[in-house]
Formats: sequence, structure tokens, C-alpha cells
Amino acid sequence: MRELDVKVITENVAEMCKEAAYYLPEDVYNGLKRGRETEKSEVGKIVLDQIIKNAEIAKAEDRPYCQDTGMTIVFVKLGQDLHIVGGDFTQAINDGIAKGYTEGYLRKSVVGEPLFNRVNTKNNTPGVIYTEIVPGDKLEITIAPKGFGSENKSGVKMLVPADGVKGVKKAVMEIILHASMNPCPPMVVGVGIGGTMDRAALLSKKALTRSIDERNPMPEYAKLEEELLELINSTGIGPQLGGTTSALAVNVEWGPTHIAGLPVAVTICCHAMRHSHRIL
Amino acid sequence: MAESIRITTPFTEEMSRKLKAGDSVLITGTIISARDAAHKAMTEALARGEKLPVDWTNQIVYYLGPTPAKPGDPIGSCGPTTSGRMDAYTPTMLDQGIKGMVGKGSRTPEVVEAMKRNGATYFAAVGGAAALIAKSVKSYTVLAYPELGPEAVAALEVVDFPAIVVIDCEGNNFYEIGQKPYRNFDMSKI
Ligand code: SF4
Repeated sequence: MRELDVKVITENVAEMCKEAAYYLPEDVYNGLKRGRETEKSEVGKIVLDQIIKNAEIAKAEDRPYCQDTGMTIVFVKLGQDLHIVGGDFTQAINDGIAKGYTEGYLRKSVVGEPLFNRVNTKNNTPGVIYTEIVPGDKLEITIAPKGFGSENKSGVKMLVPADGVKGVKKAVMEIILHASMNPCPPMVVGVGIGGTMDRAALLSKKALTRSIDERNPMPEYAKLEEELLELINSTGIGPQLGGTTSALAVNVEWGPTHIAGLPVAVTICCHAMRHSHRIL
Repeated sequence: MAESIRITTPFTEEMSRKLKAGDSVLITGTIISARDAAHKAMTEALARGEKLPVDWTNQIVYYLGPTPAKPGDPIGSCGPTTSGRMDAYTPTMLDQGIKGMVGKGSRTPEVVEAMKRNGATYFAAVGGAAALIAKSVKSYTVLAYPELGPEAVAALEVVDFPAIVVIDCEGNNFYEIGQKPYRNFDMSKI
């Protein structure tokens, strides 16, 4: 059986946290450039120029793209034929987060308890870690730091089957209109449909790990993605101060659900659509 | 692309009154950072009848939340934070002489009233453009409340700091004006 030492996991996670904070993925960068070409608002063009330049400076100088370097979401696919040795798996990931955020001069934005005693943990741990067991002997890690300007505008609606496609579109648009210019648009919108309330929310987060250039493989959902994008770009929200580039993409993921339900979750991500992905 | 208007500090009411919602500006001079905790401390000090540690006459306040500075840099990435969290304290602070505010997001009607009364301007810095904004900051000097760490009141020497007028001192709001021509959405048509 293949073995993997936890130290390797910690080192990689630390590097990935920095990478994610400094380098905007190519697809998002190119999406911003396309948005700049088609943007109709003069002020919107100025905003997009600044956002594009910001990405270039962050990349060239290894600086955080945004000062909110987020709460660290970690998606793990653990091959069932891989043996993790040398320590605690979850601890190894959190150690990597602490190391990356400290060494990389990233902002520590996590409080240990949410309501009565909001004390900063000072190293951005714990991360929000989702682990899936899959065939094979590899470990696949995706780091997706999430800023809370946009996370605070995300939401879930529990629809009934009769609401159908129209209901889904309305639910998404209500959340988008309520968010307006607050989540630092242009946004990337992740939508999760089906499952349970929590599964829909998770699907909406996973949707954001897909490239913005890739549509859902099922034609009906691909069409829904296009239609939602068009609706969002007709709101006038634009790149923060009005315009036509409100969102770069809508990514929809779906899952099986109960005969009586149609959960819809929307995770709004700002233009700081940060990710890092490695296979160990 | 529209030309940016260059402004320098101190930022007087006369300068403020010339700006219109939607104007793009580049700020050079000294701006002062303060956010939630500092605003709370200052309004409490005023309520106790104390003098503030900083003279806010004709100043521009920046609502920022930076990442830690790398060795050798004056500041880390330093984009704007949500201005709404300051709204409860803002009318009191405007009456202290502040003529410009830089942040992101909408403000309450009470803030807009106080802006009109004082001839103050509200600017947005581009949300998330934190590395770009950091390039315009040349120095960072803590002025008061050092115990607040990155939230202390500090003087930032800036050169060509980019911002856009969102609410001018007549109360015109570019968050509304800017969206209208491009809004073509009707929920009832879905
Ligand atoms: S919403 Fe995104 S871009 Fe805006 S401040 Fe937060 S992390 Fe940065």
C-alpha cells in the first residue's frame, strides 16, 4: 500500500494557501479581460481595469490579491488505497493552513467560537475541510479560500417541486438582487440544486471549483447556467458601480433529492475567485 | 476612458463641493485609517467630553483592513472594508471636520444627511483591488490606539490612490445612478 507522510500534506497545504492568495486562476483573469472588452459603463471599465491590474501586481509580486484572504475551505479526495502515516490527517491540514497564512503574510480572519466569545485563533485555523473517499492511491487537495464580503450574501431556499425551473431562477435572482454591489462584483455564482439543505449548499461551493469556462455536462443545466448569467448581467449591478459585467459565470451542480423537495443554494463568490489544486 | 481628477490633502469643503457622483479621482497626500473599533473608541471619548487624539479637520478617512506587511513594505494588501459598519458613528465623526471617506458599499440616510450638512464626499475604492491600492501607499504611521493593531488610527502617505466618488455632498448616489442605464431586469418576466 502506498504511504504518504502527514508532513508532505502540511508542506503542500501551506504552499497552496499562499498560491491561492497571490495568483488569480487563468480562467478568471481571462474572464475579467473579456468582461472589460464588452463592458458598456465608463466607470465600469475603470473598475475592471483596476481589478485586472490588481491581479497582475499580486501575481508579479507575490502579494495577497485581496486583504480578506478568507476562511480556508479544503476539498479532499482521499484514495482508499493510500495509507496516511506519521500523524493526524486533519491536524496536518490545519498545520498547513497555519503555516501558509503565517509565512505568506496572509490575514488571519477566523474566530474560534461564533457567538459569545469571538476570539481570533491567530493562524486562520481551523479550515472547513470536506473529505471524500475515492478509489485509487492518490490524495487530491483543492484549497478555496472564501472571503466573507461575498459569503455573507450567499443563501439557501427550500423550494417545492412545483416551483420548477422558473422557481429556481427566481430564487437565485432574489439572492443576487439582495447581494447587489456588496460582494465585490464581477461575481462568480455557484448554484447547488437538489440533495438536502446542507447538500445543496455544499454543491454550490463545489460548483465554484469548476473552471468558469466549463459548462455543466448535462445540456439542460448548461442552458440554465447561460440563462442565469444573462439574467444576472441584466440587473445593472455591473462591476460594483453599475454596468453590464455583474457576473463572469454561473456554475450549477445538481444532486438527487427527495420526492417532496427542491433545495436551491447559491454561493456568491467575488472576483477574488481563488483556488489552488494539487494531486499528491 | 474619462480622465481622473487629481486631488490633494488637506481636503477642504470647497474641493469636496466640486466633485460629482461618478467622478474618478487620484488622491495624493495623507489619509487616515480608522475602522470599527477606532470609531467606537473615538465616539466614546467625545461622549465623555474628551479631545480626540487626531484633528480630523479637512481629513480623508479610509476604512481599511490590511494583510500584514511583508518585511520592507510599509503596508500589506489594503483594500477597502464595508463602510456600513461605521455608519452608526459617522455623523458624529463628520461633525468633527472629516470631509472625505473612502470605503465600499452603501451608507445610511443619516450618513448622507450629515454629509450634506458638512459638505463631505464619500468615495469607493475598488473592492478587492488590494494589491493595486497597496502600491499607492508610501508610508504608514500609527497615530493613536496602537493597541488595536491593524485597526489602529494611522496616517497613510499616498500617491495617486485610486477612488471613485459614490455619494457627493449633494447626496447624489452613484450606486443608484450607475446601475440604472444598464438595468433591464424584471422578476415578473421570469
Ligand atoms: S468580497 Fe472578495 S474581493 Fe471583496 S473584500 Fe471580500 S474577499 Fe475581497
